[in-house]
Amino acid sequence: MHELPITESILNIVLKHAEANSAIKVVNIHLRIGEISDIVDEWVQRYFDYLSKDTIAEGATLTIERSPVIFQCTTCEKDFRFDIKEIKDIICPTCGGKSVELVSGREFYIKNIEVL
Amino acid sequence: MMEKIRLIEIKEEILSDNKNLAQEIRNNLRMNGVFMLNLMSSPGAGKTSLIIHTIRILKDELRMGVIEGDIDSMVDSEKVAKEGVPAVQIRTGDACHLDAPMIDKALQKTDIKHLDFLIIENVGNLVCPAEFDTGATKRAMILSVPEGDDKPLKYPLMFTICDALVINKIDYLKLSDFDMKALQQRVLKLNPNIKIFEVSCKTGEGIPAWSQWLKAEVEAFKK
Repeated sequence: MHELPITESILNIVLKHAEANSAIKVVNIHLRIGEISDIVDEWVQRYFDYLSKDTIAEGATLTIERSPVIFQCTTCEKDFRFDIKEIKDIICPTCGGKSVELVSGREFYIKNIEVL
Repeated sequence: MMEKIRLIEIKEEILSDNKNLAQEIRNNLRMNGVFMLNLMSSPGAGKTSLIIHTIRILKDELRMGVIEGDIDSMVDSEKVAKEGVPAVQIRTGDACHLDAPMIDKALQKTDIKHLDFLIIENVGNLVCPAEFDTGATKRAMILSVPEGDDKPLKYPLMFTICDALVINKIDYLKLSDFDMKALQQRVLKLNPNIKIFEVSCKTGEGIPAWSQWLKAEVEAFKK
């Protein structure tokens, strides 16, 4: 449900940078969003198409790159991927350590845009 | 002639406007010595009940206020006002969360100069409120026993961003297959620093421990 304000925010940031760079059209928008975020990609594109009408970003494609959930073991300091929706203990596959820290999966930013 | 596509590096946080305003709110509250708690949960988990219990224990020691986010009614703010604590109601209409601009507006209607402790009752939802910084000093969530012990797997972000988790309705534990140990393990894996309180707003069990923690947090903040 919160895709609408998020999409508004994306559009504003994109237009700000596009205008500062004297672009006449925005073609592609590259987002990086962590797997922990509950954002429905399809909705973001749909809202974007609606909100961007009559702006230079009308018709732009949103490419969403999902950054995986990665934990770091605090014992052996190795990183490992984990499917957060699985019902199992988060254990370091290298040393079996149970003390872990989240190092990736919460990203939420606009990486770059392609403009004319 | 084809026009050339240029790549512009942005690397800007999507919710940067909200984040910046939230930070301004935090600074302003800091200057006025007001501790603000953002309380979140799904609908019916017991936000209003927990707030009322907390008010009853702490209102003589701390000057309290409540910001109520409600879909379209005044029910919760009326309950809070009955306890003798100022309440500001935000009618969120169809919004699914409170964000920094809404809190900013509510704070303008609040006499923060005469408060120590402000609680935000967010909109009942475990998804959207997790994404929006409100400018709160600390964040807490409630999970009630009937919702099940699998919620950290379904809504990991909410459990990741909170400083405290209140497990409410523990009076239902006997009737349910809710696995308290598994729940706590799952939560602590996602967020090793989270404080967990087991309470029942019905029997009052566990409420003193929660209130004492809050009071200590508010006092530490004001020092």
